[in-house]
Amino acid sequence: MPKDSGIGAPSKRREDVRFLTGAGNYTDDINVHGQAYVHFLRSDVAHGTINSINTDAAAAMSGVIRIFTGVDFEGVGGLPCGWQVTDRFGEAMQEPGHPVLAQGKVRHVGDPIAAIVADSLEEARNAAEAIELDITELPAVVDMKAALEDGATKVHDDLTSNLCYDWGFVEDNRDAVDDAIKNAAHVTTLELVNQRLVANPMEPRVAVGDYSRANDESTLYTTSQNPHVIRLLMGAFVLGIPEHKLRVVAPDVGGGFGTKIFHYAEEAFCTFAAKACNRPVKWTASRSEAFMSDAHGRDHVTKIELALDVDNNFTALRTETYANMGAYLSTFAPSVPTWLHGTLMAGNYKTPLIYVNVKAVFTNTVPVDAYRGAGRPEATFQLERVVDKAARELGVDPIALRRQNFITEFPYATPVAVEYDTGDYEATMVKLEEIADISGFAARRAESEKHGKLRGFGVNCYIEACGIAPSNLVGQLGARAGLYDAATVRVNATGSISVMVGAHSHGQGHETSFPQVVAEMLGIDEGMIDIVHGDSSKIPFGMGTYGSRSIAVCGSAMVRATEKIIAKAKKIAAHLLEAAEADIELKDGQFSVAGTDKSVAWGDVTLAAYVPHNYPLEDIEPGLEETAFYDPANFTYPAGAYACEVEVDPETGQVTVDRFVAADDFGNIINPMIVSGQVHGGLAQGIGQALLENCAYDENGQLLSASYMDYAMPRADDVPFYEVDHSAQTPCTHNPLGVKGCGEAGAIGSPPTIINAVIDALHSGGYDVTHIDMPASPSRVWAAMNAVK
Amino acid sequence: MSKVAMTVNGKSVSGDAKGNTLLVEFLREDLRLTGTHVGCDTSQCGACVVHVNGKAVKACTMFAAEADGAEVTTIEGMANADGSLNVIQQAFQDHHGLQCGFCTPGMVMSAAALLKENPKPTEAEVRDYLEGNICRCTGYHNIVKAIMAASGQDVGAIAAE
Ligand code: FES
Ligand code: FES
Repeated sequence: MPKDSGIGAPSKRREDVRFLTGAGNYTDDINVHGQAYVHFLRSDVAHGTINSINTDAAAAMSGVIRIFTGVDFEGVGGLPCGWQVTDRFGEAMQEPGHPVLAQGKVRHVGDPIAAIVADSLEEARNAAEAIELDITELPAVVDMKAALEDGATKVHDDLTSNLCYDWGFVEDNRDAVDDAIKNAAHVTTLELVNQRLVANPMEPRVAVGDYSRANDESTLYTTSQNPHVIRLLMGAFVLGIPEHKLRVVAPDVGGGFGTKIFHYAEEAFCTFAAKACNRPVKWTASRSEAFMSDAHGRDHVTKIELALDVDNNFTALRTETYANMGAYLSTFAPSVPTWLHGTLMAGNYKTPLIYVNVKAVFTNTVPVDAYRGAGRPEATFQLERVVDKAARELGVDPIALRRQNFITEFPYATPVAVEYDTGDYEATMVKLEEIADISGFAARRAESEKHGKLRGFGVNCYIEACGIAPSNLVGQLGARAGLYDAATVRVNATGSISVMVGAHSHGQGHETSFPQVVAEMLGIDEGMIDIVHGDSSKIPFGMGTYGSRSIAVCGSAMVRATEKIIAKAKKIAAHLLEAAEADIELKDGQFSVAGTDKSVAWGDVTLAAYVPHNYPLEDIEPGLEETAFYDPANFTYPAGAYACEVEVDPETGQVTVDRFVAADDFGNIINPMIVSGQVHGGLAQGIGQALLENCAYDENGQLLSASYMDYAMPRADDVPFYEVDHSAQTPCTHNPLGVKGCGEAGAIGSPPTIINAVIDALHSGGYDVTHIDMPASPSRVWAAMNAVK
Repeated sequence: MSKVAMTVNGKSVSGDAKGNTLLVEFLREDLRLTGTHVGCDTSQCGACVVHVNGKAVKACTMFAAEADGAEVTTIEGMANADGSLNVIQQAFQDHHGLQCGFCTPGMVMSAAALLKENPKPTEAEVRDYLEGNICRCTGYHNIVKAIMAASGQDVGAIAAE
């Protein structure tokens, strides 16, 4: 029987009631009295020199309040980058400026050139058409390898080249890895592309800036996964507003998947313009605008080589990756292909020698940053594709080859600098084999063949690293921020509780799952506990929600704060019960004296804390409110094994996903219903990447996929019902809940599973195809089949 | 500007709308019924689905003036008279058919239209009907399950929570 409340219960989500009745409060639902609207005039060329911008005619048009261009931001900071990578020669990466509005040059289609603030959006848009732009178009840098050639056009004239950094990891292993590959019994090599994607949360980004002359205070309402981070970045680095004069509010957030982590120009603009115009200023992205202004994801080109000995043990791994940064460095962009990618290249396997080289490249495209999984999907895709290819080349079973090379002892220090605290890869593989009904596959394949279809089975293992930390280590690696989180537990006089947290839900259901933890610890009803999040003026300084960190990091802070509450409440209870503090036990919301029938209820203790008439005032303060900051000792390492079956129509190349099974180890689980939902969503995004989605540019840097007409989002009939299991659990050893995080797993583990299955299907039909780049669209599959026929 | 009048969620409303004011703008900005969402500018996402004279319509594809005199129902008008969730809304909560909630109003409105046409849809029929509704969070599993459950079908056999 599942529990019906507390940790481990599938509690229904309380936030659903408002979302299901239209009572949610998303940023675009906020209108501030007297607000004006801004429209951004964006570059329609990928690269160009701005000769002049004439706004005279536009400024005279009806409703126009003020038109801003780059000149207005000359004394203002640029958008900061939060991570400085050091290259393999010990030099800092090249870091170009990123102005709020373009200064001198435009560097990608969508780069904002001017911002028109007007009484209505329509007037702002009309005025934009009257702005006279004189731009000399320059050759666009689009292809990464071409961008690094001698004499290539530079995206940034003040940098020495288009190379952001050339990173080697672990540099000391470089020669040993080369030798091991040279001397290996077998080497499998694969070149592949992890295509550019657009995160596409269904809620487009919105920013509303407001300014109060009365107290010189600025407020920004924004679609953010981390309001405090935005307040710090924008206040300290862009606009020069001290924290106590700047409030950042992210109300209900309609999905993020990473793309709402970053600090964007439009946020800084609306905050700045609200003060400059003395009017609230609102911006709502259209979907087309989102495509050209939201940070994109992935976009790696990789060569990977796996060396094996005569017994099929992995002996070395070498990768060379080109990672697209786009035209500017988005907030955490440099960390994604390095510390979130290179450190995961061991995967689930005990490969003793690994060397990862990453060249990060500037191009005239939208900046690229973290998207669900961020670096880990790229790592997993290469590794699991090359392992599958090796199995095929060696004629061994792909599951057996993986199994043979599994890491089996923990803690395990990988050759790429991280230490897996715990795991059991065999256990998730066994679960997978059980659920996937592998023995029934032959019959299902025969059935497909009867209908003229090729059926393939694909398998995949993954490891991810969540809750990136500890702060002192990531500081050494180049992070310009701490990666702790914080929670304040405020117990009210009657015993109800508000928990103020730094994490911020954008669909994860924190309002339901976080109270489950506190309720369990105190033995009180979940309904007595509410979460407060998303408003920098109400919550302690925390780092927000991304990288599957909320429960592992912020949840741990909440546990620590609740432990402090319990410790103090026990002191109060001891006083009320005239007993020794050491004898007080807390169970089911009752404090009792061990071995007696004397007890006081939770509410008696909380009331005493706020009405301290009978209270040890000489020993403890009144009140019951505690804050904790939690900085994890290590990452957490969820892992799992995935399998799928696809059908390929050899006539058309159409791939259909027929079954998908996910067996994950997330450690302990707070709400299994929410966890399953997270996996489902990740799987659909991974299936989308594998089969449908592609953010494409032409050679002139024109964005070809700028709407849902030409960017194929997965729809209900593109995916099957999934079979997900998370019963194999090895609790995290270093956080108080033993939790690992589950938000990204599905998106990490599914793309290689699908491609492995497609390759298997093609082989079953006699097509000796070794690889198909994603998305494996009908035309690509068909072309690959015809190329080998 | 011209006057438009319609019945929205059972109440008579009127307002001034320009000829090019979309129904979704009129609902969100003039009536401040912000439960109907805008997720795209190419009529692809379905976040804006409402019912006009009993039919599911993408409110971003219709001018407010075209709805003059119509009966419009939005997500705000879907709960039971006592304010409790209706059968479809309740099924979405019971089966975790929503995460961020942004697509949800459109999903519920589409689901209601589907079940009116087809009271016991199969999985394939549900998936097919949702062609015009994009959800980025749920992977659709629990949405399809919720809609089938709302139609009174036993979904116990469908995997996992
Ligand atoms: S907003 Fe109407 S279909 Fe997207
Ligand atoms: S629940 Fe977020 S888009 Fe569907």
